[in-house]
Amino acid sequence: MKLPRPVIPTLLAITFLGVWEWYVRTGHVNEVLVPSPSHIFKWFYESLINGELLSATWVTIRRLMIGFAIGAALGVPLGALCARVRWIRDTLGVLALGLQTLPSVCWVPLALLWFGQEESAVLFVVVMGTIWAVVIAVQESVLSVQPLYLRAGMTMGSQGWHLWSRVIFPAALPGIVSGMKQGWAFAWRSLMAAEIFVVILTGFGLGSLLHAGRELLRMDQVMGVMTVVVGVGLLADIIFFAPLERWLRCSRGLER
Amino acid sequence: MINDKVITPALTLRNVTKRFVGAAGRVTAVEDISLDVREGEFLVIVGPSGCGKSTLLSLLAGLEQTNEGSILLGEDPVRLPGRDRLVMFQQDALFPWLNVLENVLFGLRLKPGLTEEERLESARYYLSLVGLADKEKARPHELSGGMRQRVALARSLAPNPRVLLMDEPFSALDALTRDQLYGDIQQIFTKRKKTIILVTHNIREAVCLGDRVVLLSPHPGRIREVFDINLPRPRRINDPELASLAAKVTAALSSHINEGVNS
Repeated sequence: MKLPRPVIPTLLAITFLGVWEWYVRTGHVNEVLVPSPSHIFKWFYESLINGELLSATWVTIRRLMIGFAIGAALGVPLGALCARVRWIRDTLGVLALGLQTLPSVCWVPLALLWFGQEESAVLFVVVMGTIWAVVIAVQESVLSVQPLYLRAGMTMGSQGWHLWSRVIFPAALPGIVSGMKQGWAFAWRSLMAAEIFVVILTGFGLGSLLHAGRELLRMDQVMGVMTVVVGVGLLADIIFFAPLERWLRCSRGLER
Repeated sequence: MINDKVITPALTLRNVTKRFVGAAGRVTAVEDISLDVREGEFLVIVGPSGCGKSTLLSLLAGLEQTNEGSILLGEDPVRLPGRDRLVMFQQDALFPWLNVLENVLFGLRLKPGLTEEERLESARYYLSLVGLADKEKARPHELSGGMRQRVALARSLAPNPRVLLMDEPFSALDALTRDQLYGDIQQIFTKRKKTIILVTHNIREAVCLGDRVVLLSPHPGRIREVFDINLPRPRRINDPELASLAAKVTAALSSHINEGVNS
């Protein structure tokens, strides 16, 4: 007999949560340090009702979207420039490669001194988390566009901006989207780091909520927020990136 | 007599030489090539690999520049790529992010002075000319290799270039598809009176399609011999007369190669 695909994961999840709940209730562990699933769920429910969770999630997602948008909007042209101009590739391109390996939480002290405990500081950290991955991805995917497409485009009279917008960019798009996805993941990590690390006076995000949970010794809150953080990352991939990548690949016959 | 009139050739090559600097040092790809291509002529350049025939085509397309000598299109020197010389490549070079119709429209949209309707009409006309009128919404990857090359043909013909350049467009196809395309090309050639320059290493193909076959010898690429092919069209690749002509060209080619080895 063939079960529908979600059956086994659901059963396993229920079993896992059940065993966890049972083990905590037997009293073998300190309930303050390891809350039971029902406790976490209770926190979840209460903070949903009083609006705390939704407003924190919104603050965080808004920061993420704005920061990511700025990072991508700057990263795409810079990456294209790196691919096009040799000396920019040798300077900015190399710098981007180096900065991409820098954990973005390292930007936090700088951001605080420059911008203070404000929205712009968080945004700066998120932008720094996004931009270098996007620059590298755009540069690499533009450089690896098949020369045949360029030759075909050029013989048909395409040049300059037309060649860029109608041939190079579409040809490089799958690579660019992969780079954006990576940039998104970096932005998400850097944002969490920034929110946990410093108190941002202009808004109370998920990271701050998590940090507050630690200070209040509310492990149900800590784990609940962690669940939401995982959920947001997963949703971004399921709703946005995965379908986009799939569509790009399918429409070009790279995947069925 | 018509021949007494001075007719400007479609393409004129004068002492064309092209060198590359590669890992192995300086290589002369083509040397001292002079050739007139008549308006409405089907010229085939044939030779073994390394004879510089693809280089020659890139020079004609303007994708590479000559070191010495000149290339004239009509009376204008060729320096850069241009719509007046469209190229069919060995691989179809169709854009995978566009469907068949949009691919054919790509070149047409770069041609000024047409309305969008005229462009659409023209694209559909050429698609039906290559027998793919019903495939306009398909993506390139959904088509067979032969169909893709047909789309590429329609794409190169649609902007009505003065010269059509073909860089071994049949070499990646199976024999059956190829024979079919030979028929299609000849039909279109007769119907549209295009000037076509085809580069190939397949001598049968050269004799089947060309009004004139130019034989190049390698290292460096030079013109060895020019054959006039006066067989009636449409020609069939299995025609015995064609086969014996091809044998003659092959013999000429191998004698040149042996000559090169012995010297």
